[in-house]
Order: sequence, then C-alpha cells, then structure tokens
Amino acid sequence: MYQYDEYDQRIVDERVAQFRDQTQRYLAGELGEDEYRPLRLQNGLYIQRYAPMLRIAVPYGNLRAEQVRMLGHIARTYDRGYGHFTTRQNMQFNWPKLEDVPEILAQLATVQMHAIQTSGNCIRNVTSDPFAGVAADEEIDPRPWCEIVRQWSTFHPEFAFLPRKFKIAVNGAKEDRAVIQVHDIGLDLKRNAEGKIGFRVLVGGGLGRTPIIGEEISSFVPWQDILSYCEAILRVYNLNGRRDNAYKARIKILVKALGIDAFRSQVEAEFAHLKDGPATLTAEEVHRVADHFVDPSYETLPASDAGYTAQLAANKAFAAWARRNVRAHKQPGYASVVLSLKKPGIAPGDITADQLDSVAALADAFSFGEVRVTHEQNLVLADVRQSDLFAAWEGARKAGLATPNIGLLTDIIACPGGDFCALANAKSIPIANAIQARFDDLDYLHDIGEIEINISGCMNACGHHHVGHIGVLGVDKNGQEWYQVSIGGDQGNDTSLGKVIGPSFAADEMPDVVSSLVQTYTTNRHDDERFIDTVRRVGAEPFKTQVYADREERKQAHV
Amino acid sequence: MSEIIKNGVIHEDDWTVVRLADGEDAATAELPAGRVIVPLAVWLARREALGAQAEAGVLGVWLAGTEDPAALADDLLRLQLIAVDFPKFADGRGYSIATLLRARHGYGGELRAVGEVLRDQFFFLTRCGFDALQPAAGRYTPEQLKIALESFRDFAEPYQGAVDRAEPLFRRLARKVAA
Ligand code: HEM
Ligand code: SF4
Repeated sequence: MYQYDEYDQRIVDERVAQFRDQTQRYLAGELGEDEYRPLRLQNGLYIQRYAPMLRIAVPYGNLRAEQVRMLGHIARTYDRGYGHFTTRQNMQFNWPKLEDVPEILAQLATVQMHAIQTSGNCIRNVTSDPFAGVAADEEIDPRPWCEIVRQWSTFHPEFAFLPRKFKIAVNGAKEDRAVIQVHDIGLDLKRNAEGKIGFRVLVGGGLGRTPIIGEEISSFVPWQDILSYCEAILRVYNLNGRRDNAYKARIKILVKALGIDAFRSQVEAEFAHLKDGPATLTAEEVHRVADHFVDPSYETLPASDAGYTAQLAANKAFAAWARRNVRAHKQPGYASVVLSLKKPGIAPGDITADQLDSVAALADAFSFGEVRVTHEQNLVLADVRQSDLFAAWEGARKAGLATPNIGLLTDIIACPGGDFCALANAKSIPIANAIQARFDDLDYLHDIGEIEINISGCMNACGHHHVGHIGVLGVDKNGQEWYQVSIGGDQGNDTSLGKVIGPSFAADEMPDVVSSLVQTYTTNRHDDERFIDTVRRVGAEPFKTQVYADREERKQAHV
Repeated sequence: MSEIIKNGVIHEDDWTVVRLADGEDAATAELPAGRVIVPLAVWLARREALGAQAEAGVLGVWLAGTEDPAALADDLLRLQLIAVDFPKFADGRGYSIATLLRARHGYGGELRAVGEVLRDQFFFLTRCGFDALQPAAGRYTPEQLKIALESFRDFAEPYQGAVDRAEPLFRRLARKVAA
C-alpha cells in the first residue's frame, strides 16, 4: 500500500494547519458563511440535518489496519460510536462538532489520512477496484495510477473551483468493478497492440438528476500522457462548463451539448499544447509509486488447502459464508474475503467503533494488515490464506461482519437518506431494512441468487439507484415519502440505466414490490440466469404487470 | 487608494477597474481619469485610441470568465497590465485564463486578480500566474491583509506543476524509489 514520504506527509500536515486557521476565522466571524462553505466542502465538511457531516478520504478504498483503528478512535471520541462507508469508498461521520474537525484532521494526519477533496467542486477522491492487485482477471494493477492521479489532483490550483464536482475512477481488470462508465472521467487501463500500457478514456458519465453513461473520448492514451490528457479535459470543462445552473454544470451536460466529437476536438486541441510538457510522466516516478504496491510476501501454497476443503464439508454455515463472501485470488492458496456491512437491521455501510477495531485485528492477523472498501459499502480482506479462512470467519462472525449475503438481495446499497441527509425526499435506511427483513430466509436468498438493489433518498443518486438491478428512488408527493422503482440497471462492463416501472409506492409496500419482482423473475428465469439477465431477455413488461396486479390484489384484500 | 498585494508585498494602488453599466457602449463609454483597467470590449473597440496609454502603463485590460485570452494574443507585448475578474470567488475560470495567458501566450506583464478575491485563494492564484491580487475594496483591514500574506506559504511543495513552478514534484526533486 502507498506509504507517505516526507512530501506527502507535509502536504497533509499543512492542510490541517490551513483548515484550522480557516475554521478559526470562520468561528471568529472573519470569514463569512458563503466564503467558508466552499472551503469546508473541499475538506469534506457538510452541514447536515443534525450536525456537520465529515467525509474522510479513503483513496481508491485502501486502508491499513492502523488507519482503521484511527477511524474507530474517531468514531468513539468525536462521534456516536459509529461511521458509515459510502459508495465512493470513503468514510462518513454524521455527528462530529464543527469545532472538533481541525483536531480530527490532525489525528487523521498522524496515520496518513485526510479529508481533502472529498466534497466540493473540485476533483474528488479517486475510486477504483476493491480487488485491485489480487483479482484473477486483472490485466494491469490500477492502484499506482490511482495514486498518481491522487497526487496530481491534490490541491491542483487550476481546478479547485470547477463548475461542479469531478469524479475520476480507474479500472484495470477485465471486469469493471470501478463503475467507470458513470464517472466524469473513467480510465480503463489496457495494453495496445504493441504491448504498451495506456488508457481508454471515457468522459461525461454520471448519475444524479440526469444519468448519463460516459462516452469514449480516446481509445488509447499512452501512460506518459495521461495527466496532460486529463488536464486538457479539465481545462476545456473549467472554461466551458455551465455555471449558471448547478444541475447543468456537470461535464456530462457539456459533452452532451457539444457532442462527443466536438468535445474531443477541443480536448485534442488543448492536449496538443500540453503533450510532452512537464506533466509528462516519467518511468522513474511510475516505478517509485508502483513499488508501494508490490505483492505482499505470499507463501508458496497448494492451489487448494485440504483443511479448508474439509471445513467446508463439515460446517454448513461456514460453507454458506464461503460461497458468498470468499472470492478467488490470483495467488494459489489465497482468497479474498468480503466482510459484510449489510447485516439485516443495520444501515448499509454502517460500522461501529468496536467493529472497526475488529476489522483492524482481522487484517493484522490474516491479511497483511490491509483492508479495502468496496463501492457496495462492504470491506475486503484481500489476501487471506485459505487455511486461515475458518479463523477469519469466526473472527468476522464474532464482530457481526459475516452475514453471508454478498451479491445477494440483502446486500443493498443505500444512501443515508432522510435519516441524516438534509437533501432527502425520503428515507432510505428503513426501506433497506424492511426489504432485508422480508428476505430473511437464507436458503431462499441464495436461491434467488445475484441481485443488486440500490436505494437513493433523492435524485442526487448517492445510492446509485440508476444502476441497481432494482433501483429505488425516494420521491416527494405532496409532502409524503414515496418510492419510485426501476429495473434493468446494471454496473460493470454492461452498465445500463434502469427504467421506471410505473407509479410510485408507499414505504410499507416496498417489501411486497420487491417480492413481486423476485416472483416474476423466479417464474421466468432460465437455469442459472441472474435477475438482470432475465430482465434483459424478457423485458420489463412481465415485471410491471405482476407488480401492479399484486398491488391491486392487496388493495382488494384490504377492503 | 486601496491596498493590493504585488509579488507578495502590500502596495498602495490607484488603478480603477472600469465596469460598463448595462447597455453602455464599449466604443463610447467615458473612462475616468487616472490609471484604468478597462473591459476587453472597450479595448477591442478602441485599440488604436488607447494603445499609447497601454504602452505608457496607465491603461490595462480585464477579462471576464467567459472571455478567451486569445483575443489579446496580438497585444500582449503592449499591455503592461491584464486583470482577470472573479465575479464570485468560487468561479474558477480565471485560474485557467491566467494559466493560458502565461503558459500558452507567454504574457509577461502584471497579471492581476480582481473582484471577489479572498486570501484563501492566494496560494492557488499565485500558482496560476497571478502576481497581483486585489481583494474587493474593504474586504480586509490593513492588519488582516498583513496576516493574509501567510497564505502564500500554505503549501511548500505542491505535487503538480503550474505556472509558478512548471515542473511537478517528481521532476523538481528526487523522490526516493522504495527499495
Ligand atoms: C449525507 C450527506 C450527503 C449529501 C448532502 C450529498 C449530496 C449529494 C449531491 C448534491 C449529489 C448530486 C450531485 C450531482 O450529480 O449533481 C450527490 C451525488 C452523489 N453522492 Fe452524495 N451526498 C451525501 C451523502 C452521500 C453518501 C453517504 C454517499 C454514498 C453512500 C454519496 C455518494 C454519492 C454518489 C455516488 C453520487 C452520484 C454522483 C454521480 O456519479 O453523478 N453521497 N450527493
Ligand atoms: S441521494 Fe439524496 S438523500 Fe441520499 S444522500 Fe444523496 S443527497 Fe442525500
């Protein structure tokens, strides 16, 4: 994992001092509310429903055990004993005091952490594949490139006040686990015909009010040029993006307005000036950064561990967990473990201070002291020996992190919604919990198979509802909370945006609606066909028909 | 007279930024006496008439965020002062405009940030090539402005290149390759 050198550390320390001063000036009345807002936002500090909310950066989802412990310490000392992992791989605290934030940042800085650019109209914290470096389908490890982008974008003086927020994601595997198609810039690492490394670059994707799938702006930018190329994109956007209307200010609107070809010509014209300039990456720098991401000292092990196989056969609960929460690893004898933050009844992504400590201990004991955060709001121990899986499971179980539901219906993505977020139209967490409660039968859950439910409390789409196989969006109807349901969304290589199935539902109808959708699926599916594939094959019609017919029947039953 | 910061030092300053009223004609608008910074439209409409003043260093031109600095490409040697307007301090177009003026067009005269200019921007503005920073009149007391000079030193070694230091950190310094 990347370790700060003196320069990285200094920048983070200087940021703490700068923000401490800004906050003092704000509290002293020297910096107005409007002036302080963009400054605090660039430091991840929102003012929310109950308290400020602090979003801490977890660059491309990588954490070390000591950092996880620090998050636990902060949860315990400055918050109410828990935190929340987000779809952008970051950590949020919902109850810190504004006056405490400079001190929280100072403590984070001692373990090489910060809240830089986790919000605000700047280049946000870069995201990536939580299985980077260990996935069997990986072609090029994205982590060094993420770190290079992180450094380049940190306090970039030209792009600190963009028209709107700007998100960059990097993927390096065959399967896209970084959702690069719905990012402002999606970088897909690849080799060209000569075997040289570079990036396919997508631009103009994003969710929110106007969901758009990114388009290809370049099929191959050589790695040396990637920062200059991004600079060209950002400059065209900074100068030409709309600033009159926050809803139309994202780069996706500019790309759509110009058309990808005209946008590309502008970028290429800009890039022509920058190419081979000082931002051009050097092999030395790439090696320096890449050397932080060499494989840990794996042991030479047989491809499959006999003890593990025996435990699988002997223990049904362990086997069920292994089936869902353990992933194949590129290294023989190893596996990746997903720790579920989707225990029914808990807000998706929530984790307590004690659980954070447990995760750190598990990472130290079984995974070289490293942890990853997934876009689905779970955690990953990336490098566990198969022979340790049973012990890891027992540890995770004790900590309440071993719910065997990864990729299943109860592994719901949900934003904090109306329980915390001032922008919400409706609550998200109780909807997620009600659906989880309905589907509490593990065998049935496993039988249903892979299905993604994503819930957002408003059209800002923090819960990525557009790309959920089932998407749930909180809407406001005459001051009441309603839920609009879409199906057919997907993330990954076949990213697609879900289509709304019809009129929205009351909160208490939602478990029934999901049941109807699942029913339709199980009656229509071919062997081993996932929900999303059935939707794609048979279309939305049978689902719609069933959902509203069932709804009608329930109504009749009640009269 | 107001105070501005030029090359990191506080100066008394007597330039007036001329802003056209709605509907006022750039070709005929009356200019105040003394040193003036006129809108690009005025300059483009009256280049011949105003050229000598520009060369004498008593007339500068300011650009709005929507304006392309390439419009001044032929005048850069004559102009001793170009300003870029920040209508809101969170409107960041001026950073790119300054970068283009310096790095693309090679402008070497005074480059001044005017409008909503806050000390919290000083570091970024300087990095993008502004050598003169003019906070809105009355925004800072002389005492506050003096303290504000500390903002220039917010970060000692930024990562990426910009106008002030074109080379990124990895070219400026030998960062160790881990063993
Ligand atoms: C509680 C405080 C939060 C506030 C005030 C907030 C605010 C917003 C806003 C205004 C947008 C819309 C931006 C746009 O596209 O125009 C947005 C989008 C988004 N937010 Fe949040 N958010 C919050 C929490 C979260 C959380 C907890 C997550 C993750 C679970 C999250 C992840 C995202 C994502 C992924 C998007 C989609 C943007 C895109 O790709 O287009 N946010 N948020
Ligand atoms: S989707 Fe809406 S309700 Fe949910 S966190 Fe984002 S802004 Fe808040």
